[in-house]
Amino acid sequence: MREIEFDPRMIGMVAALGVIWLGFNWLSDGAFLTPRNLWNLLVQTASIAVMACGMVLVIVTRNIDLSVGSMLGFVGMVVGLIQARLLPELLGFEHPATWFISILVSVALGGVLGLFQGALIAYLAIPSFIVTLGGLLVWRGAAWWVTQGQTIAPMDTRFRPLGGGIEGAIGTGASWAIGLVICALILAGIVLARRRRRRFGFGLRPIWAEGAIAALGCGAVLGTVMVANAYPLPAGVARRLVEARGLVWPEGGLTIGHGLAVPVLLALAVGIVMSFLTKRLRFGRYVFAIGGNPEAAQLSGVNTRKVLTLVFGLMGVLVGISACISTARLNAATNSAGALDELYVIAAAVIGGTSLAGGVGTIAGAMLGALVMQSLQSGMVLIGVDTPLQNIVVGVVLVVAVWLDGLYRRKLS
Amino acid sequence: MSLATARDIEPPPLVEMRDISIAFGGIKAVDTVSVDLKAGEVVGLLGHNGAGKSTLIKILSGAYRADAGEIRISGEPAVIANPRDAKRYGIETIYQTLALADNVDAAANIFLGRELLTPWHTLDDSAMESETRKVMGRLNPHFRRFKEPVKALSGGQRQSVAIARAIYFNARVLIMDEPTAALGPAETKQVADLILELKRQGIGIFLISHDLHDVFDLADRVSVMKNGRVVGTARTSDVTQDEVLAMIISGKCPAGATPGPGALRGQA
Repeated sequence: MREIEFDPRMIGMVAALGVIWLGFNWLSDGAFLTPRNLWNLLVQTASIAVMACGMVLVIVTRNIDLSVGSMLGFVGMVVGLIQARLLPELLGFEHPATWFISILVSVALGGVLGLFQGALIAYLAIPSFIVTLGGLLVWRGAAWWVTQGQTIAPMDTRFRPLGGGIEGAIGTGASWAIGLVICALILAGIVLARRRRRRFGFGLRPIWAEGAIAALGCGAVLGTVMVANAYPLPAGVARRLVEARGLVWPEGGLTIGHGLAVPVLLALAVGIVMSFLTKRLRFGRYVFAIGGNPEAAQLSGVNTRKVLTLVFGLMGVLVGISACISTARLNAATNSAGALDELYVIAAAVIGGTSLAGGVGTIAGAMLGALVMQSLQSGMVLIGVDTPLQNIVVGVVLVVAVWLDGLYRRKLS
Repeated sequence: MSLATARDIEPPPLVEMRDISIAFGGIKAVDTVSVDLKAGEVVGLLGHNGAGKSTLIKILSGAYRADAGEIRISGEPAVIANPRDAKRYGIETIYQTLALADNVDAAANIFLGRELLTPWHTLDDSAMESETRKVMGRLNPHFRRFKEPVKALSGGQRQSVAIARAIYFNARVLIMDEPTAALGPAETKQVADLILELKRQGIGIFLISHDLHDVFDLADRVSVMKNGRVVGTARTSDVTQDEVLAMIISGKCPAGATPGPGALRGQA
């Protein structure tokens, strides 16, 4: 394992996910591993997965953010307000710029709220637990004040694809194109990394290991595309789509696949950008150094307060993105949106191998963690487990996952 | 000006700390302390635990800001507000705790805060690893664990990483706070050899220790601190170990030393 530089914990998580999927598939008589269920599963995971990426950095720096769920509620309400009330008055109903302005406002507002909380934590030295516990109450209250508790609906038609659904599926052709581009990037990345290591005369992985990594990566990508494409659109929708292009709807009907969903692609993009940020940029290096030894980072000349503030700012930006995804998915802004999300996000990060002691965690792990959590929940809904029992199971899994991870770590050191 | 007099005028010392004071919550940890250091010189800072040695050098390394006093580097007044400023003046520190981020590898620690970047402003990990292999090859030729977090290394290996970080960036002034406290005899010998080698290269070294024997063989001069003040400063050739021990324990300043404000009155 050492020579191919694989993280055994990652393999363990993928195995756990496999067991969960096969288990639910067996319990539900084959209803779990269907294109339809998997497609929905990915869409449902998107919002939590996006926020989990930011939570990894927060927890790596030995902090916590309890406010993300409430912040999502508040940002979502503001987004609903501006696109359903403000922008229609200013620009006109269903203006082409509405969706874009909404996203911009959402991301900016999330970022500002995050930076504000981060500044309180970094510069006024208030514990993050307290600041964000306050935030949990404050933003939830603020979400109510935006419209005195009224739900705002519907959302702009160009905004709704962000949430998935039929209008949020990009179609089969585009899905293949994106899948192939990602595969090309994976291969290019492996070749470039190998070339760099050779230039400096470092040890290289055996060719079979490189091949296995490439095959696994590309296989996962293309497999996902195939599954998404295998989920057919409802016949009525497909027919409208065909007729809108001026074609004739054939006699025996026609199967058109959904293709990848916009929120899933968005989450994937966030994951890639955040991985790049943590692994390839100075900022990420500082985040991990602070988590490992805050004093050492400071003595090395790292501006730890600035980095910490930016980490919370980044968390806020991701909350803004998730607020768009969940508002669009619901096609409404409600003041209770995102309730308890903070706990799912933290759980996803922790199940994904992020250590609450700080200094350890990966973006990919957290996203897988989000998928594990959502698989458990969707699976239990599918086989008809009552809500109270669902919560009990998720709670137990969280505790057991962290226990196992701790066992593994102690064995390692 | 004749050549003879020009030679008589000594160049200003590499580091001069004058009348430095710092207080924490009303307690004066360092009280009007003056010390200096010349190029190619090793100055031992001695004293009991809590005498103010570490606090004094943390002011020089930028971890603390002095309440009063002046620091001059090569005769020029220097403003050291944070560790980055100190590093700009070529002042590098090896802390007693080593101050390593345990969760990242040797290269990440050595270049922390001063990463090598590619033209696209991303981390150039390969270049950093390559440089790390070079500098570690000098300090600890058997070191192989470049990819592992520093946490997994032995005490001596961790020490070499901390030393590598200090000397890689061409330090002019090196501060070593209890550099051999956690080391075995062989490794202690290695550190002593390194100190002599760096001294030959013209680097000024502050050596902090509470162990007299450690310092006496290596240092050209010693300054002894007690209760935040300097008892006295002496060339190691002018005093005996027993006399220095008396300075540390009772604050008695012997004839061979220049007494400081902390010297016991009426004893000189």
